[in-house]
Amino acid sequence: MDREKLITMLHDMLLARAFEERAAEEYGRGNIAGFLHLYPGEEAVAVGVLHAAEPSDYIVSTYREHVHALVRGIPANSVMAELFGKKEGCCRGMGGSMHLFDRERRFMGGYAIVGETYPVATGIGYTIAMRDLPEAVICFFGDGAVNQGTFHESLNMAALWDLPVLFVCENNHYQIGTEIHRHSAVPEVYKRACGYHIPARKVDGMDVLAVHQATQEALTQIRNGTGPQFIEFETYRFRGHSMADPGSYRPRVEVKAYEKEDPITIAIAESLPVYPSSEQIAAAGPDSIDQLATHLDQAGHLSSETLAELKAGVAETVEAAVRFATESPEPSLADAQACLDCNRGMEVLI
Amino acid sequence: MSDTVFYWQALNQALDMELAEDDSVFVLGEDVGLYGGSYRVTEGLYAKYGEWRLRDTPISEGSFTGLGVGAALVGMRPVVEIMTINFALLALDSIINMAAKVPFMSGGQFPMPLVIRMPDGVAKQLAAQHSQRLEQTLMNVPGLRIAVPATPQDAWWQLRQAIRSDEPIILLEHALLYFSKGLLDTSREAPPMHRARVHRPGKDLTIVTYSRMLDLSLRAAEQLAEKGIEAEVIDLRSLRPIDWATCATSVDKTHRLLVVEEDSCYAGTGAEIAAGLTEHCFFNLDAPPVRIGGKELPIPFNATLEAACIPRPSDIVRAAEILCSR
Repeated sequence: MDREKLITMLHDMLLARAFEERAAEEYGRGNIAGFLHLYPGEEAVAVGVLHAAEPSDYIVSTYREHVHALVRGIPANSVMAELFGKKEGCCRGMGGSMHLFDRERRFMGGYAIVGETYPVATGIGYTIAMRDLPEAVICFFGDGAVNQGTFHESLNMAALWDLPVLFVCENNHYQIGTEIHRHSAVPEVYKRACGYHIPARKVDGMDVLAVHQATQEALTQIRNGTGPQFIEFETYRFRGHSMADPGSYRPRVEVKAYEKEDPITIAIAESLPVYPSSEQIAAAGPDSIDQLATHLDQAGHLSSETLAELKAGVAETVEAAVRFATESPEPSLADAQACLDCNRGMEVLI
Repeated sequence: MSDTVFYWQALNQALDMELAEDDSVFVLGEDVGLYGGSYRVTEGLYAKYGEWRLRDTPISEGSFTGLGVGAALVGMRPVVEIMTINFALLALDSIINMAAKVPFMSGGQFPMPLVIRMPDGVAKQLAAQHSQRLEQTLMNVPGLRIAVPATPQDAWWQLRQAIRSDEPIILLEHALLYFSKGLLDTSREAPPMHRARVHRPGKDLTIVTYSRMLDLSLRAAEQLAEKGIEAEVIDLRSLRPIDWATCATSVDKTHRLLVVEEDSCYAGTGAEIAAGLTEHCFFNLDAPPVRIGGKELPIPFNATLEAACIPRPSDIVRAAEILCSR
């Protein structure tokens, strides 16, 4: 991976963090309402996975999808305006935080009923396989979603018909407030995929390079026509489930421990022209990563000036997005009707 | 070119034509492929079009219906067959939360050219879990359209129109209609998909009905004619939207409304029809509208009780006579 791509990935992670923290502030100000599920802590997964995907691939995501949308290239303005429920949002204010869609970028939606992403991804995968195209579908879901029936139904079909779907579990250990050992008889999520003969592995989701590499490998396999792949990324959300959730069910010591593994800190440390393999990093463990980070920082591969520029850049992007969202007009009821009537000939049907 | 065919054959021909004309059409469901469909609707098509276009699915209603949603998002025209509407309860998330919502929630970016076909209604001693109607469950969902073909001709027209439409359309096919016969004229131009049809003109009362109850209502109308009462019988053909204009024109003429549905009346389809037409025609009504429907019971297995739980022609005749005496 070249340095430029690494810096871009770092940029995206910084943007993700800044965007989400600002969304929380705007929620506090009353500019965003409803359910708001934030992503801080999990940035390495979205960034690592989506930077390994091609523009022709399809992305199916959940209700915690602002960052997936941003990394996929939906402008921050458009995402923030949607969070504000405005007409210039990516879904004209009809979807909101949990339902971001972008046809041009093949961002096939945020789905807010847990477990819906599997059948949608399977259907897109079915079409790709039927048409014999080189594309793939990336299907995001959380650890809580693996207990839905659609998980088993859809994995079975994807495997049965060798569909080009990459199942990506963002395992942040909590289904809202219930820790994985209390909601899952098999807490090693990836093992469930083995029940359907889907190649599956578990990867450190706090390490963006490991995420990227694992995704690339899986997508290569998928494009070879060998059917679906499954990756469980172990990650952690620093905030509660949504803005309505203080996350008080989690031991402080656990939150602190994960904060030490902040993927952004790790990514900064790793934004280098030369870096160790993800196996080495994984083998070394988080303590070694901290040591490595210190070492790389001292070696000056990522200058503090570059980092400061990146941070200033994303701050300006987020500031501009809030301005854009604030100034964007409210949609009308006629706009809402037009959205429902997309490509419909209501007037000729009766 | 007209021919007398079974209802299932009309559906089969419609599918065959659409599969031949558009390679983005595919059919999926339980036993739709090799087996040929539990009511023979897909008979012979697997051999002709292959497994990708006639896809036998596992028993996973929620996910294979959702698969149809995903495929429709990328421009396919999936025809999902759910073996009976009773199993569709397992797929309501895909139907109501996804198919009906995605075009809207995406701000109009993604049309949903999805067709979901399913048998419904009381058949022959299938017991309570296999004898439901449930159309009212789906009628209340903005974003869905519901067609209820009652004849082979309508089955052929409406399935083809549904496949060509860019919106999610549900076809409810009464299980007892598959082996009913009727004329199919493939050269006739189709009326708009959701237009109601006056099957029999009359001046004394309007009977509004749909699906299998059309046949019973027409039989009742013949008996009424012998008694000097001329009933106008309207087949709705569509439950969402409802063609109010055709119905209101009739009620304004006859001044009396009788609604016949197979399901129980409580919060049902007939309630919507009666309420809507009362609003449209209140000052032209000579008597309060009357609804006839099934008993407020799960359908019993016992054959005699089963028959007693849904309207019979004699029930329609009696209700019409009382209505016309007011």
